[in-house]
Formats: sequence, structure tokens, C-alpha cells
Amino acid sequence: MKKFTLALAIFLSSFFFSLGLSAAAGAPCGNYLSSDGSTKGECEEAYINPKDKASLQRGAQIYMNYCLGCHSLKYARYKRVSEDLEIPLDMFQANLIFGDQKMGDLIQIGMDSKEAKQWFGNTPPDLTLEAGLRGADWIYTYLTSFYIDDSRPLGVNNKVYENVGMPHVLIDMQGIQRSVCKQIPLIASNGGLKQDPLSGELLTGEKCGFLEVDNNSGELNPEEFAQAMLDLTNFLAYMTDPMKVERESIGTYTLLYLFVFTMLSYLLYREFKKDLH
Amino acid sequence: MVTRIMNWFDDRLPLTATIERHLTKYPAPINMNIWYLAGVLLVVVLVIQLASGIWLLMNYEATAEGAFASIQYIMRDVEYGYIIRYMHTTGASAFFALIYLHMFRGMMYGSYQKPRELLWVLGWLTYVLLCALGFTGYVLPWGQMSFWAAQVILSLVGSIPVFGEELLTWIRGDYLISGITLNRLFAFHVVLLPLALIAVVFVHILALHEVGSNNPDGVDVKKFKDEDGVPLDTKPFFPYDVMHDLYAIGVFLIFFVTIMFFYPDGGGYVIEYVNYEAADNLKTPEHIVPSWYYTPFYAMLRAVTFPLFGLSAKFLGFVVMAAGIAIFVALPWLDRSPVKSIKYKGIYSKFFLALFVVSFFVLGYLGSVTSTPGRTLAAQIFTVTYFAYFFLMPFYSKYEKCKPVPDRVSLS
Ligand code: HEC
Ligand code: HEM
Repeated sequence: MKKFTLALAIFLSSFFFSLGLSAAAGAPCGNYLSSDGSTKGECEEAYINPKDKASLQRGAQIYMNYCLGCHSLKYARYKRVSEDLEIPLDMFQANLIFGDQKMGDLIQIGMDSKEAKQWFGNTPPDLTLEAGLRGADWIYTYLTSFYIDDSRPLGVNNKVYENVGMPHVLIDMQGIQRSVCKQIPLIASNGGLKQDPLSGELLTGEKCGFLEVDNNSGELNPEEFAQAMLDLTNFLAYMTDPMKVERESIGTYTLLYLFVFTMLSYLLYREFKKDLH
Repeated sequence: MVTRIMNWFDDRLPLTATIERHLTKYPAPINMNIWYLAGVLLVVVLVIQLASGIWLLMNYEATAEGAFASIQYIMRDVEYGYIIRYMHTTGASAFFALIYLHMFRGMMYGSYQKPRELLWVLGWLTYVLLCALGFTGYVLPWGQMSFWAAQVILSLVGSIPVFGEELLTWIRGDYLISGITLNRLFAFHVVLLPLALIAVVFVHILALHEVGSNNPDGVDVKKFKDEDGVPLDTKPFFPYDVMHDLYAIGVFLIFFVTIMFFYPDGGGYVIEYVNYEAADNLKTPEHIVPSWYYTPFYAMLRAVTFPLFGLSAKFLGFVVMAAGIAIFVALPWLDRSPVKSIKYKGIYSKFFLALFVVSFFVLGYLGSVTSTPGRTLAAQIFTVTYFAYFFLMPFYSKYEKCKPVPDRVSLS
């Protein structure tokens, strides 16, 4: 029976493991091509840190300046954001709140959703819970994947979200990004690089869909822009899960307590068990 | 002093007798193993769900306009509201994980056999109630998946021949899933179903204490008793089992708390990502998947792709799905084996039990992914093998060769 139980335990854990893998599979990031051309549709990983207050503050700043015009954060309150991100109230009031809203209010916007639908083809959704819906990696990849596409009404398209209705609002910051073709080394069937059998030269082939920014066309260089988008993603992840830091610290103490409790109850149980036999 | 108070009560209420019968002196077999913990842990989770549920109720708003926002209000503005909510969502998944283990234990050790048939039926009833609780609860946050899962499941009622459509409208209270539907599911989730669950669990435990616990050997421990009439192969529930259970509850809570505080979404299984978007009746999500604990039955529903005898495929799928849940109740009468525990049953019983487990998990997987022709075929095959365990049981359990059962329990 022990063996059976053990086998079942192994079976169960491998099952849940495979479930986890299958949940992660698929092509979440549309047509996005990784910078080395090896994977398509996989999101770029967003290395964000909810404890990095400076990053969150920068992200909030970008959001309030560039995104709030269209996207509300209607489940969150100004006051709470200012407290959590340690943005001084008066500075927050001066710089980040637009219109006649008060600090305790939810972060709503005045845009009319029917009109917006006419302008963009789609209503800009509320982004409070976007990081829960799509994941931080998706948001980060999406924000860095706008490119020039003259066939679209707004002149831009997005690798992650094909035919997106959102304009490239950060184009001044990023510069002109294009979808280009490149010669890249071919991969042989054994996984190595393909070589010409006679000359030994590496064989290359053309692959399209790489993203490239025109030199010096934006206010930020590519590294700075990537960092700015990480900050913005970090802010949106905070929006979805503002309690993460507090929650994990409470969780740690609770676990410590439970470990002690479990140890003690085990020792007690062992004492009692002695006089059974 | 204490004795005097107890005496005062005992003259008016069977207090001491009840405590002794159900707690301190309840004789528990000495060879109970880890599978016997699920029952206690189910009680723990029941308490967790009731407590967290009451707190959620203090701030939840059961209207189509306000439900989604009120959940976010709980998550953000209510003091420690997020702990309460994650406790409840994690609790729901834990409830099902434990109830499946608990039922499987019964299937392994033949705990449903005479004299525990009624105990088993009552247990099965808690499972049906739990399924209903899970479904109604899932609709309450009024996210995209809440809405569309309700749409899919309730539409099954509409597939019933002749009066289905009218029945559906009556149940929904509207021509579409709406705030009215939400309101009635809410009433079921917070009043009717929990009350029924508590009542049935109570009777379940009364029944258990009447017939006594089974054990991994499936032998009757009441056959051999000492001079005081206490079965030899048992130990009193207090202190031995209480101490043991306390330790087990500690281990369980460590797992529980880890998920609750560190992985509250459970990788999309405890809280589904699509449910981060508010319900929108104009926008159908790409994949509608139920919570993980219903996926085996959802796979059965989708496995039926052909109409038969003039009945629609959808209705037949609904029947098969319901049968998949209902069939457990018949086990006491399907099993004709002279022995209880799988340890002493023959090779066929072992084979079919293993087949059942494999079918259950494969169906669970198939119910969680999009269907393709190949997957549908697999779902059909494993639906058949799932039911084979039950429907062939009267034959294989009767005619197979069993091992001899010892008189007393073995301690391995
Ligand atoms: C001019 C209005 C406008 C501005 C400003 C704007 N967006 Fe958008 N955004 C849209 C529209 C419209 C859509 C919907 C696109 C669609 O569905 O086709 C959208 C979609 C999105 C989505 C995808 C939502 C989803 O899951 O479908 C994200 C993420 C997003 N925006 C982030 C941002 C961020 C971050 C900013 C600030 C840098 C921003 N947006 C600024 C109009 C805007
Ligand atoms: C809310 C749900 C339930 C609760 C709280 C609950 C609680 C318990 C408890 C505390 C025990 C004694 C401890 C143990 O033997 O594990 C028990 C035993 C038992 N339960 Fe349940 N139970 C639930 C659901 C079910 C279900 C769904 C079934 C089967 C369909 C079931 C069948 C049994 C059986 C057969 C026993 C006796 C097992 C044996 O002695 O071997 N129970 N239950």
C-alpha cells in the first residue's frame, strides 16, 4: 500500500506539473519575434521589482502623462497610490492629478467610450487589472513592439497585438521603429549553425519581422526606452496587485509561526504515541 | 466546581455523553493512514470557507453593475480584505482537492460497503452540494469567466427536450444571464447551499460515529473487544488522534498559506486570468474553461458530439456529465466483492481502479484545453473507461479471486 501511495503521489505531482506547462504554452505574444529570431510569439521577460519605489514612481509619472488620457484606473484611488509609492501629496496633486478630482477619488477619466470607439475602432480598456489579465511580460513586450505600418489608419501597428487601435503615443520618446528583414545564420537539423560544405562559410537566410529603431530618432536611446517601459510595466503590475509586498511579508511571518506550531504538535504527538504500544 | 457545572448540564443535556461518544472516547482503528486525514482537513476548510465567506459578504455587492467593482473594493480598500478573499478562493480549490482524495480513499478501502452505505451516500451529497457551491460562487465576482461559465452551464438546461427553453428562462429569471440571475445564484451560494452543506456534514459525521471508521485493511475492528467492550485494534480519539490531527493540520496549513500569500492565482488555476476582466455580454472569451475541479466532467460534456434517438448532442453530453457525478452514489450496490480493501481484492479490481484514476486525470486535462478532433476522440475513449470502472464492477468484483483477509488489522 505504501508503494501505491508513493506511486500516486508521483503521478499527481507530475500531472500538476504538466498542467502548469500546458497553461504556459501557446503563443501569447502574437507575431513578436525575439531579437535573435529564434522564437516567435513568446513574450520578452519583464524583470520588474515591486519593491523598487523609484522605478514605480517613474512608471506612475509616465502613466499619468501619456496614458491616463485614454485609460482609466478606475478601481484604484489617487490617495492610495500616493501613499504606496511615496509620492508627496502636494507634488502628486500638482503634477499627476488632472481636472477637478480629489485625492480620495477613484482614478477615472472623462473620455466617452462611444466616441472613443469611433476614433480608434475600440474603446481603450481600463488598465487597473491589465497585468492580471495579460501578465507583466505581455504588457512590456506590447509597449516595445509598436512599429511603422503605413497600411494602418494611424500609421502604426503592433507585433503583439495585430492591427491594434491604439496610437503609438510614445513615439517621440522611442523614435521611429520599423519592422525589418535581416540575414541570420541558418540552423542545421542537428541544432548547430549551418555551414557551406565546401568553403565552411556560415550559411545565412533572410528572416523578416525584426524590430529596429532609426538611429537618434527618439528622445531616449534604446536602453533608456526599455528601462522606461519596465518602469511603466512595474507600475501596472503594482496597480493589479498593490498588496504584493505587504502580503508576502505577512505570509512569511505566518509560515514561520506555522512551522513552530507544527514542530511542537509533532513533538507532542510523538510523546503520546509512545504509550500506545 | 467543573464537575458541578458539568452535572448541571448533564441533567439537562447529554453533554458528557455526547463529548465522550464523538470526541474523547470515539474508537479509531490503530492502522489508519495518511488517507484518513482528508476528512478532518475538510472540516477545517469548511470552517475557513464559512468564516471568510461571512467577511466577504460584509462588503460584496450582488448587482451586475457593482459586483466586479465591489471585489476590487475588498481587495484594495477593505482592511486585510485581500487576505479574506484569497483565503476563500484558495479554500475553494483546497476543498475540492481534499474531497477528491477523501472519496478516493473510500473507493480504495471499500469504505462504502456495508454497513457504511448511508455514510457514503451522505458524503456524496456533500460533494454534489459542493459542486453547486463552487459553481454559484464562481459567478459572484462577475468577471468574464464568471459570466460565460454561467452562460455555458445554464444553457445546458435549455437543451432539455420539449420544455428546456422555458425552464432555462425560469431559472435565469430573464432572457439572458443578467443581474437577476446573479441575485438568485448569490442567494443560493450564501444561504441555501451552505446551510444544507453544514446539515449534511453533521449527519455524515453522526453516521460515521454510529458505524465506526473503516480502515486500510477493511477488517471489522469491532470483532475483538477487551473486557470493557472497547475494540482491541482501536485507540481513543483523544488524545492520540487529536494530537495527530493537529500536527496534520499544521502541515496542511503550511501548504495552504504558501498558496494563499505567495501564489494566490495558483498559476491561473485558483483564480483564472480571464476573470480579471469585468463581465461583458458582447465579448465572448476565446476559450471558456471551467475551474480545474470540474474539468473531467466538462471533458465528458464535450465528448458527446453526436445526436442520438432524436436527442441533441448537447443534451446527451449534459446527461453524461451529470451521470459522471451521480454514479458515485451507486458504488455500495455495484461492488459485490466479499472483501472491502483494495489490498485484498483481486487483480481486476486493482486494474479498474487504476484505470479510473488515469481516466479521471486524462479527462481533467482534456477538459482544460481547447478541443481538437484527436482530443475529442481521447475524451470519448476515456469517458468510456471512466464509466467502465463503475458499470463492470458488479461482474469483476464478483468473479475475481481475492486474497484472504486477516482477522485483525496489520500494521505495516
Ligand atoms: C489615444 C488614446 C490612447 C492612449 C493615450 C493610450 N492608449 Fe492604450 N489603447 C488605446 C486603445 C484605443 C486601445 C484598444 C486597442 C484595441 O483593442 O484595438 C488600447 C489598448 C491598450 C492595451 C491593450 C489592452 C488589451 O489587453 O486589449 C494596453 C496594455 C495599453 N493600451 C496600454 C497603454 C499604455 C501603457 C499607455 C501609455 C503609454 C497607453 N495605452 C496610451 C488607446 C490609447
Ligand atoms: C464537506 C465534505 C465532507 C466532510 C467535511 C467530511 C468529513 C468526514 C470526516 C471528518 C470523516 C472521518 C475522518 C475520515 O475517515 O477521513 C469522514 C469519513 C468518511 N467520509 Fe466524509 N466528508 C465529506 C465528504 C465526503 C464525500 C464526498 C464522501 C464520498 C462520496 C465521503 C465519504 C466518507 C466515508 C465513506 C467515510 C468513512 C471512511 C472510513 O471510515 O474509511 N465524505 N468524512
